[in-house]
Amino acid sequence: MFYREAGDFKTSYRSDNQTFPIAFDRYRYYAVLAVAIGVVPFVVDDYWANAVLLPFLIWSIAAIGLNILTGYCGQVSLGTGGFMAVGAYACYKLMTAFPELNIAFCILLGGGVTALVGVLFGLPSLRIKGFYLAVATLAAQFFLVWLFNRVPWFYNYSASGQISAPERTVFGIAVTGPNTQAWATYLFCLAFVIVLGWLARNLTRGTVGRTWMSIRDMDIAAEIIGVNPLTAKLTAFAVSSFFVGVAGALFFAVYLGAVEVGEAFGISKSFLVLFMIIIGGLGSIFGSLAGAAFMVLLPVLLKNVLVGGLGWDTVLAAHLELVIVGALIIVFLIVEPHGLARLWDLAKEKLRLWPFPH
Amino acid sequence: MKRLTTLALLGALASGPALADLVFPDLSYRTGAYAAGGIPFSDGYQDYFTLVNERDGGIGGVMAKVIECETGYNTEKGVECYEATKGEGALIYQPLSTGITYQLIPKVTADGIALHTMGYGRTSAANGRVFSHVFNYPANYWDAATVAIKYLSEENNGDLNGKKIVLLYHNSAYGKEPIRTLEEMSAKHGFELTTIAVDHPGQEQKSQWLQIRRERPDYVIMWGWGVMNQVAIQEAANIRFPMDHFIGNWWAGAEHDVIPAGAAADGYKSLNMNKVEALPVFDDIRKYVVDAGKAAGDGTNVGSVLYTRGMYAALLAVEAAKTAQQIHGTAQIDAAMMRDGMEALDMTAAKMEALGVPGIGPEFTVTCADHGGTGLSVVQQWDASAQKWKVLTDFIAPDDSVTDPLVLADSEAFAAENGIELRCQ
Repeated sequence: MFYREAGDFKTSYRSDNQTFPIAFDRYRYYAVLAVAIGVVPFVVDDYWANAVLLPFLIWSIAAIGLNILTGYCGQVSLGTGGFMAVGAYACYKLMTAFPELNIAFCILLGGGVTALVGVLFGLPSLRIKGFYLAVATLAAQFFLVWLFNRVPWFYNYSASGQISAPERTVFGIAVTGPNTQAWATYLFCLAFVIVLGWLARNLTRGTVGRTWMSIRDMDIAAEIIGVNPLTAKLTAFAVSSFFVGVAGALFFAVYLGAVEVGEAFGISKSFLVLFMIIIGGLGSIFGSLAGAAFMVLLPVLLKNVLVGGLGWDTVLAAHLELVIVGALIIVFLIVEPHGLARLWDLAKEKLRLWPFPH
Repeated sequence: MKRLTTLALLGALASGPALADLVFPDLSYRTGAYAAGGIPFSDGYQDYFTLVNERDGGIGGVMAKVIECETGYNTEKGVECYEATKGEGALIYQPLSTGITYQLIPKVTADGIALHTMGYGRTSAANGRVFSHVFNYPANYWDAATVAIKYLSEENNGDLNGKKIVLLYHNSAYGKEPIRTLEEMSAKHGFELTTIAVDHPGQEQKSQWLQIRRERPDYVIMWGWGVMNQVAIQEAANIRFPMDHFIGNWWAGAEHDVIPAGAAADGYKSLNMNKVEALPVFDDIRKYVVDAGKAAGDGTNVGSVLYTRGMYAALLAVEAAKTAQQIHGTAQIDAAMMRDGMEALDMTAAKMEALGVPGIGPEFTVTCADHGGTGLSVVQQWDASAQKWKVLTDFIAPDDSVTDPLVLADSEAFAAENGIELRCQ
């Protein structure tokens, strides 16, 4: 009734190809942005920022990154945790080596360094595919974590091997370190999500994204029609690693403030991001966000309901949480293998016909 | 909708009877690879507060309330727990995790809540001039490292020259803490130090023990936690490493660490900062807490090494709260007053006697500049036939000539990095 294309005439290719061709969708998108920028910062408190919103935003960036590589270019990666560590440690080294450098640039440069490392570890993808590539990226995961544990230069020779973020400001407002305000860190991460999400959306529907998808769908056919697999695969690794590196840098600098590599960027993080994109939907920006929301928010919600609301024992709740999240993952994979993004699309299809489905 | 429900639930929590109580959050872990150590500690911690409520009617007449939050030894969940509980009037945090401690040090300092990391966490927090809200009395890792070396040196008539010592450590912030001190000690005493890392969670240590077998060290010192301890002791037994040459730190010396290896664990030594003996307070705990059905766990842990340590942690918190009540002349203390109480804490033998815990720990006094206590610890040995830890030594003093400069250097570097002005001038 409200949600349809009828009457919404497009008079240029530009407007016909926009991300949200349906007016209702577009307004909804603007409304979400307006709430996220204009309302949430005024109501957010420390708990909401640190336990819910920051992890959601940061994992969203990581999920978009992995989705570019796995969902769009079809290269399986289990090295996400390791690449996040590269971003975090690069950001840390830059923060401590150049204290006057703005934190936003530290984070972006951290992403840049990760892109280089990602390309390096992406080289085997030119020769090997599928499970074998997954194992090669798994090696990256273990190697990188080992490296950051092993070489004291990376953690500035601190006694404990921990890295901790000193205070840095943007426009005079602290975004890292202990004296941050919830709204400042939230807005800082939100800015990264919006810009990088916009970038990813436009990359994936342009030439670069099309070459990635052609490699994913059938690499030999893609090569025959003139797609260079070297550039396609390596750009996918570079862009994906850049996103993952930025996520790692934010994770360390803004969210946690202090990390030790084995715990913060272990193999479990690689799987976490992989679950996010599988549950959210491969090859979809919205899916990355939805998957991150699912994996981050559900445990917190369950904990609050079971322990806070029902007053259950914390152990019972912690175990039940694992059971419920695990069961939901299986249910999702069986009921909707294409993820939350597909459910969202189906909902929109239904909505388009509503209230006259025939 | 999701958000609304959670908000409503959080609101319901916050508006409870929390206002009148003294809130002591317990960031526990009863799940995961480190639960074996987390459960008895948390039981002891909670049971002592229950005892104080039941027996004494609270702390200075105000009831203590423990809010438990499961961290699973995971730093992100630790942060979530901290944010979820700090708004409820939390007086003190004791996360029992070095990783979470590093996370919380800047946060508690900004929020003005005290952090007590008893025998773990950031060692240089002992310097109260830099760390205003962090306390690690009665002892820290660097003290422990020097005590272990001092003990070994005494065993060898004061001469460790040319001996080979291996440090087997958990490859995390926790395990890496003693390395710098041991390097200093190695230079001072002339022994050869080899460090061998065990990655989380430490269930697989074949290669590490193969290396130990090849290198034939005179002693192995272990900085382990969780499942790593049991596996290490089992592996040591497998390569027939003499158990009395194997010394764990105080987090690698509980009953559940040695029992799985059975008779083979006999003679294994570990440090301890609190004595494990039949203390009178346990009778009270059994009477008022366990038998009344109010125990945090099933009551079987009462008197075990980590239960005792958890109880000791709670006891120190209660004593600090009492001190704070005296200083400020009000029973209803807040987090800032609690911090003052911790900074003025004075644990004397008479006080411990009166609390039913004679000789549980060393006597110590906390001051503005010294948040670290005396650093004394004992060496205990496992007797597999009696299934008991036997205390071998009296409290041994650490080598302050080694640790003090290290603490000073590390804390001053932290102060410079974070632009902290020195206190207590």
